[in-house]
Amino acid sequence: MQLVSKKGVLAAAVESETGVTLIATEPEDMWHANNLIAVGDMVKAPANRKVIQTSATGTTISERVQTMLTIKVTSTFFDPAASALHVSGTVAVENQYVNLGQYHTLDLELNRAFTIYKSFGWDSVALQTLQEALDDDKPDATVAIVMHEGLANICLITDFQTLIKHRVESAIPKKRSSAKDTAGGMTTFYEKTLSTLLRSGINFDTPRPLLLASPGFVAQDFRAYMQAEATRRADKQLQRIARDAVLVHSSTGYVHSLNEILKSPEVQATMRDKRFINESVLMDKFYAMLRSDDGRAWYGVKPVEKAIAEGAVGRGGGVLMINNGFFRSLDIPTRKRFVALVDKVKEDGGEAKVLSSDHESGQRLDALGGIAAILTYPLFDLDEDEDDEGGAGAGEGAEGDESTTII
Amino acid sequence: MSRHKDIRNLDYNEVVDEYDQAYDDDDPEPTPEERVIMANGTAEIRSMLAGEASKVTKAQIEEALWHYYFDVDKAAAYLVSKFIAPKPKKTPQNGDEYAIPMVSHIATPNTSRESFAHLFRDLPWGNIPKDRETVFIAPQRPRGGLLGGSGAAPRMSKLQMLAAARKQKAEEKNAQEKVEQTRVKMAELAVDEKSRVKENVPLAGAFSKRLKTSESTAEGRMPLADAESTAIELPHQRMADVPETSTTTASLLTTSASSETPTHIIPEPQREPPVAAAQPSAFARTLFGPPPPPKPQLAEFFSPYPSLPPSVIEAFSKPSPDDVVLTAQAKAGKKTKKKGSSSTDAVTSEVKALKIEDAPLPKSRNLNVLSEFENSKKKKTASFVVVGHVDAGKSTMMGRLLLDLGVVDQRTVDKLRQEAEKIGKTSFALAWVLDQRSEERARGVTIDIATNRFETDKTAFTILDAPGHRDFIPNMIAGASQADFAILVIDASTGAFESGLKGQTREHSLLIRSMGVSRIVVAVNKLDTVGWSQERFEEIKHQVHGFLSGTGFQSKNIAFVPLSGLRGDNLVRKTTEPAAGWYTGPTLVEELENSEPSARALSKPLRMTISEVFRTPQSPLSISGRIDAGSLQMGDALLVQPSGEKAYIKSLMMDEEPTDWAVAGQNVVIHLSNIDPMHVRVGDIICDPAKPIQCLDTFTLKALAFDFLMPMQVDVHRGRLHAAGKIEAIDALLDKVTGSVIKKKPKVVKPASVARIRVTLASKVPLEAGQRVVLRSGGETVAAGLLE
Repeated sequence: MQLVSKKGVLAAAVESETGVTLIATEPEDMWHANNLIAVGDMVKAPANRKVIQTSATGTTISERVQTMLTIKVTSTFFDPAASALHVSGTVAVENQYVNLGQYHTLDLELNRAFTIYKSFGWDSVALQTLQEALDDDKPDATVAIVMHEGLANICLITDFQTLIKHRVESAIPKKRSSAKDTAGGMTTFYEKTLSTLLRSGINFDTPRPLLLASPGFVAQDFRAYMQAEATRRADKQLQRIARDAVLVHSSTGYVHSLNEILKSPEVQATMRDKRFINESVLMDKFYAMLRSDDGRAWYGVKPVEKAIAEGAVGRGGGVLMINNGFFRSLDIPTRKRFVALVDKVKEDGGEAKVLSSDHESGQRLDALGGIAAILTYPLFDLDEDEDDEGGAGAGEGAEGDESTTII
Repeated sequence: MSRHKDIRNLDYNEVVDEYDQAYDDDDPEPTPEERVIMANGTAEIRSMLAGEASKVTKAQIEEALWHYYFDVDKAAAYLVSKFIAPKPKKTPQNGDEYAIPMVSHIATPNTSRESFAHLFRDLPWGNIPKDRETVFIAPQRPRGGLLGGSGAAPRMSKLQMLAAARKQKAEEKNAQEKVEQTRVKMAELAVDEKSRVKENVPLAGAFSKRLKTSESTAEGRMPLADAESTAIELPHQRMADVPETSTTTASLLTTSASSETPTHIIPEPQREPPVAAAQPSAFARTLFGPPPPPKPQLAEFFSPYPSLPPSVIEAFSKPSPDDVVLTAQAKAGKKTKKKGSSSTDAVTSEVKALKIEDAPLPKSRNLNVLSEFENSKKKKTASFVVVGHVDAGKSTMMGRLLLDLGVVDQRTVDKLRQEAEKIGKTSFALAWVLDQRSEERARGVTIDIATNRFETDKTAFTILDAPGHRDFIPNMIAGASQADFAILVIDASTGAFESGLKGQTREHSLLIRSMGVSRIVVAVNKLDTVGWSQERFEEIKHQVHGFLSGTGFQSKNIAFVPLSGLRGDNLVRKTTEPAAGWYTGPTLVEELENSEPSARALSKPLRMTISEVFRTPQSPLSISGRIDAGSLQMGDALLVQPSGEKAYIKSLMMDEEPTDWAVAGQNVVIHLSNIDPMHVRVGDIICDPAKPIQCLDTFTLKALAFDFLMPMQVDVHRGRLHAAGKIEAIDALLDKVTGSVIKKKPKVVKPASVARIRVTLASKVPLEAGQRVVLRSGGETVAAGLLE
């Protein structure tokens, strides 16, 4: 993402009334733009619009015109597979083709400037997102194939999202009298997976890590198959890919097994600095604290809000985790409320992490309601008022006893 | 002036007079017995007619009775048709029945006689006033019919009706041979018709009897009868061959002339009606035989066709009208057949053109499967899953079991041993009986469930050899879901038992319990490695028993057998090791026989989880699995969920033998037809199309937690079904015993507590209430429960 500004300075651009003009240079920039553009913002971008003109005699001429449109955003739609962002809204600035208030959907394109006006100014979360978007130093995305017998998910893990490029499914004959069928079925499956991987448009010209994860021996066998194929085809690149592939254990071939993969020692060793690894580690830490039930891990809007109000998420290990999807879909007052939470945590000296809901860690956070916090000191009964019954306390006590015996 | 009038004026009166006198004579003088019968009959008819009785006079009833020779039913029917509810179509003129025209003659002899006398008395000869001129009516059919020996027209109509019915039938039936059958039937029918002509004989018989009775009183007419008999003497002699026909015609003729003499009837009164008598009636021959010269008028009178030449006889030498009709009918029948066949040909060809599928739908035999099952004297079937920690010796033990039971021969095992030696894994030879995949052999680990069968005297067992490795627990779950009971194999060698208890020994027993298996046989394996130490056995027994009862197994459902899977001690045969002499209990196979399979849900709607999909010579798509509930039979329609596609059972196999039906609890191979293989996957459920299983993507589960549960991503396992999902919410924490809500919306569920949780799946899968579901996360079983 590039900033188009006379001065080229972010601060100045943000403060000016003219809005922030950006050029998306990579597909992933669309994802950033999706996070930047909120409902109620104004977006100015070149647009194609079909205009119907009626002459004096009543004949109509329909033509496609290219024009600059400014719309007030009512909704956005992001297609992760195509990295396409569609912004819908009502026309805010009239011109010769369109009237005020007409609806239009802008399809933001790569390498074409668009301008975002924030009607209520840029809040801290938005600024942070913008900064991340403008960060040029981007590591390569990691390619991972998560598989089990008959299922392979080919994923592209970037800093901000996990893209499922392809999903390969193949029926493997189960063990019957002849084992030949099964072996044949597995070979077909590997063949399918490999050709899909090579066709997927993932560029292996520059060396990039490939993670192969599976339960049992599927990943191992797949690598062996790749090597055999590379030798047979005398394909140097494939040989290199097979050689560099990292084998990881996962319990299933579903995408959510990426959690296991990312926290595996093999991956940790090679990709320690990656953002998604940090997020994943953070989530694991949160889950571990939740299990230990020491009153320091809380999830859900109300308990977290209360904890932050008490200043429990602060200096010395306090972490607030919010999904960015959470911000995207909110109306302005609610968004402001959560921005205030983030600001409060930062003020208190805690960490505020906006997790990408397009990563596995974000998905896990999503399951917890999109917001969670690790507290600096234990707090109990934050969820008390959510319970309708008075008998909750007894249950809590019983749980406490159990936890000591079982763990 | 026509000759008709001549005839009427002159001869008819005389003759009728003569006849009527005779007739009158016998009418008013019934015998005393007859009077009694008459009185009874009258009363009976009146009661039968009930409300309608007022419409008929006593005289009419008596007349009818007399006429029908005291046959009350017939008389009543006649009265009803004649006086109470006269049917216009059944008028005497139609000649529909013999009875009616005759009755009309009998009932009105006096008036007709009188009228003839009056009619011409004052008439000038030749100058008849218009009003007196007769209106010519077509000759009465009854006579014609009688002359022909049968009422041709009505017979025809009946036949036509039948023919029409046949035709319709023929059109309905498509197959050519059906038409052929119809044709044959048609031919038979023609014969039938001939014999049916004779069916009127009883009536005629009645008349002949009546003639007999009247004889005694009708002495007076004898001379005339005599004269007549001489007149028709020649034909009578011809008739001798067919007396019944003569009786019929003769008796019928009583109406117009008392032509019969008793002499012709009495000699053979009891003779059965001959069958082959459909030629021109004898009477007709009698009638139209060369008329004797003295009575030319009489002949003329009898003939309604006065101009008939003597060649009529010739006419009767030809096939009678009946025969003509019948042959025509037969021909018509053939025609119908041809018509039918051509139209059916067209239809079948059209249908063929319409058909897309070449293979016809399998035909269902519509068996009552449940009663078939009850009646069958088959051995009880049971399946068991073999579980335990990795390398506990499950596969080897089962290989040994199959070898000892003779399911696998020594030669096969020797061959396997050779192969195993090649890769330096001799000890795996027995396991290779079940581990057939190349990866399994190369790595010495069971990966997928292996199925095999053996039979004892009492029971047919299905072995489900489960993998012990933690990565293949999904496969183990698939196996456990098909099992009635389980064998938990424990490695007794030092250290192995301890590590197993922490590992899959624990997880497997938790899983099989939560899959609903309640009976468990613990095989303490590899005891030979510790010298058959009883202490070791007792130690293991104590620990495992405590652990199993903690898991929820009842003590009576747990059995322990010390054995050596590799050597086969206490497996099929009792051990001969002196060191193991302390054990006197049953062998493993005996323990298995003692295990009762769980009750089957036979009468529930069909449910079967597909555990394998493969291709066979019988069908491009065959599936196997264990029927969870209900029953099925050949030709049944099935619904495959979640694809929602319909399929038909082409054939069924059980224990590698074809069968017609199968019920819950049996492991079957089903060959499907009319479905594309892409719609059928492992883990799908086949069900009754009338009562399909629902496909859900959200469900509530009453789950027992084995690990901490919180909103998180999980794998959902149900039998072979394996789907990704997440715990959406935890609705409530429940009391383990009472099931009452302890806490609403807990943040986290601790291990060993029961909670009601809501699970969302990534895609819709077939699930229904009451099914057992296992939740796993990160390679660990986190919960198991019952779908609500």
